[in-house]
Amino acid sequence: MTALSTTTDKVNPLTAGQLPAYVTWAALAGALIVGGLLDTTLLSGFDPGTTAFAAAVIYLPVIYLLSRAVEGRRRAADRLATNLVAGAFLLALLPLISLLWETLSTGLPRFDAKFFSWSMRNVIGAGGGAIHALYGTLIVTGIATLISVPIGLMTAIYLVEYGRGALARGITFFVDVMTGIPSIVAGLFAYALMAIVFGPGTINGLAGSLALSVLMIPIVVRATEELLRIVPNELREASYALGVPKWRTIISVVLPTSISGIVSGVILAIARIIGETAPLMIAAGFTNSINTNPFANPMMTLPVYVYDQYAHPGVQREFYTERAWAGALTLIVLVMVLNLIGRFIAQRFAPKTGR
Amino acid sequence: MTSVTQSTREVTPTPTPEHPVNKARERIGDRVFSGLATGSGVTILLILAMVAGFLLVQAFPALATSPAELEAKGYGQFWSWILPFAWGTVYASFWALLMAVPVAIGIALFISHYAPRRLASSLGYVIDLLAAVPSVVFGLWGSMVLAPAVQPLYLWLNTYLGWIPFFSGQPSGTGRTLLTASIVLAVMILPIITSLSREVFLQTPVLHQEAALALGATRWEMIKMAVLPFGRAGIVSSVMLGLGRALGETMAVAMVLSGAPVITLEILTSQNPNTIAAVIAQNFPEAYGLKTNQLIAGGLTLFVITLVVNSIARLIVSRYKEFSGAN
Repeated sequence: MTALSTTTDKVNPLTAGQLPAYVTWAALAGALIVGGLLDTTLLSGFDPGTTAFAAAVIYLPVIYLLSRAVEGRRRAADRLATNLVAGAFLLALLPLISLLWETLSTGLPRFDAKFFSWSMRNVIGAGGGAIHALYGTLIVTGIATLISVPIGLMTAIYLVEYGRGALARGITFFVDVMTGIPSIVAGLFAYALMAIVFGPGTINGLAGSLALSVLMIPIVVRATEELLRIVPNELREASYALGVPKWRTIISVVLPTSISGIVSGVILAIARIIGETAPLMIAAGFTNSINTNPFANPMMTLPVYVYDQYAHPGVQREFYTERAWAGALTLIVLVMVLNLIGRFIAQRFAPKTGR
Repeated sequence: MTSVTQSTREVTPTPTPEHPVNKARERIGDRVFSGLATGSGVTILLILAMVAGFLLVQAFPALATSPAELEAKGYGQFWSWILPFAWGTVYASFWALLMAVPVAIGIALFISHYAPRRLASSLGYVIDLLAAVPSVVFGLWGSMVLAPAVQPLYLWLNTYLGWIPFFSGQPSGTGRTLLTASIVLAVMILPIITSLSREVFLQTPVLHQEAALALGATRWEMIKMAVLPFGRAGIVSSVMLGLGRALGETMAVAMVLSGAPVITLEILTSQNPNTIAAVIAQNFPEAYGLKTNQLIAGGLTLFVITLVVNSIARLIVSRYKEFSGAN
């Protein structure tokens, strides 16, 4: 009797009053199984989404009540919060995974050589491609970058190196305001500008670039400003002590120190605006042909191409839908590659801080 | 530090010509460079003024033409035209925020306080991936994948919770309703709210957190007592920024919703109020004459709305920065 009680009733004082770790996993597995069974029997067949939802609905109260019975009210609340917080993260993964999966599986069939060598000129139904939209995207984004980078970079230099007083504060505030301009308003602005300067209805690639610049400049300023601010002041002071003028100090000390970050910031900014649709629809317009002249005639861009294929399908809808998804896949690949390059440059060529 | 101030004195012409010995030589390069930098800054102010100015000029005909003439030409009076869409914009954003804010704060807490340290930054990157997806892809996904997937749920909501005004009415057969558009919007503003509130949560003084834990608080109690109160202003401003994004988001709504000019609380029917941005996107390519002006006036209204929302957010942020000394 005594021997038995010492072996089985021995309580570890450190884990007393706690649910053992396996209970969590057991409850989760049980909830998943019950949820799956409910889903297959009561509802319309097995579906991972519904099962996960049912499992969550079962799991949360079960583990809460278990914990409350064994561990007390406060621990139970803590457990519930942990589960909810982790659940929020998993919930956010759902749309991301679904979106990437759908784009891959539906976009791949038309992600072929023809897609990257044909335009949509005289194409009805099957076939056709997006080469005109790719050209357009490259040209429009390229011009927007050429406009935005000098203005954004110099503004950041002004804010960090020169800016004092009301003007600097005003510019900081209005750069923030500019970050919040809805993209479609930027498109309307470019349209209005062109209408006033060149006459109403002027739609071309340049207008699209202007619209994108309005969106890109504040991003470049924000990214560059942050990087210029972390350049150590000692470097500047050493340069001044050698009698180097301020502008030479900026060009040959401050900028080279932060150049990798600036380049990566610009690339990330391009990734942000390359997927903009609404402003280009309004300012750069629609066309089915290749147009490499940004100063005349509408210019197709990839996001607008995706929208156009989706919104204006012909009789055989499936071909248009396929092209839309292939375009979406191309866009996502473009954005991801730009993001990766940007992050790679930022990490690989980061300045040695010496610490 | 002193040498920096000295060098700025070099650039700014000091009004003390009686001490020419102390004053460094004015350099042409310095003047040109600072002029270029200042010029770029002023250019930004100019661009913003131009955005407002040109929109006003182009919107003017729609606002100034007499209501009778607008009515006769079939455009309708501007304010009665814009009102349903303004309602739709605000209403769709409201639902998006309702769904996004709790989830976003949960994710932010997960990354800042729950996830293993080594994983935290890569998990943050995963959420940032959502921000990298172009809006047109979200629109495509929302209308072709999400809408059919949630349509049974809408039927269920309508059957069993139809007595709540939001879920009443004849449910849409395609699932392309205001609620679907709001779900897509919620997904799109998640990364914004998450990344901003995550940063604020990470700034919570470690001493506050450790003090709470040392007094025997559980992790959740510590978060309630130390992290959330500290981050309140940050959360509010991140939510406002998310709202600004949701108000101005175009493609997701334009592709999901085939809206109507109605003001209604129902979110599951096929008669849903459109948003300003979506109306512009859907109608602008075919618009001509006064219609163009009317749409531009709508864009101006949207601009003003988002400007107000964003300015409030920035004001909260700046006041909060002064208060906490976080930077």
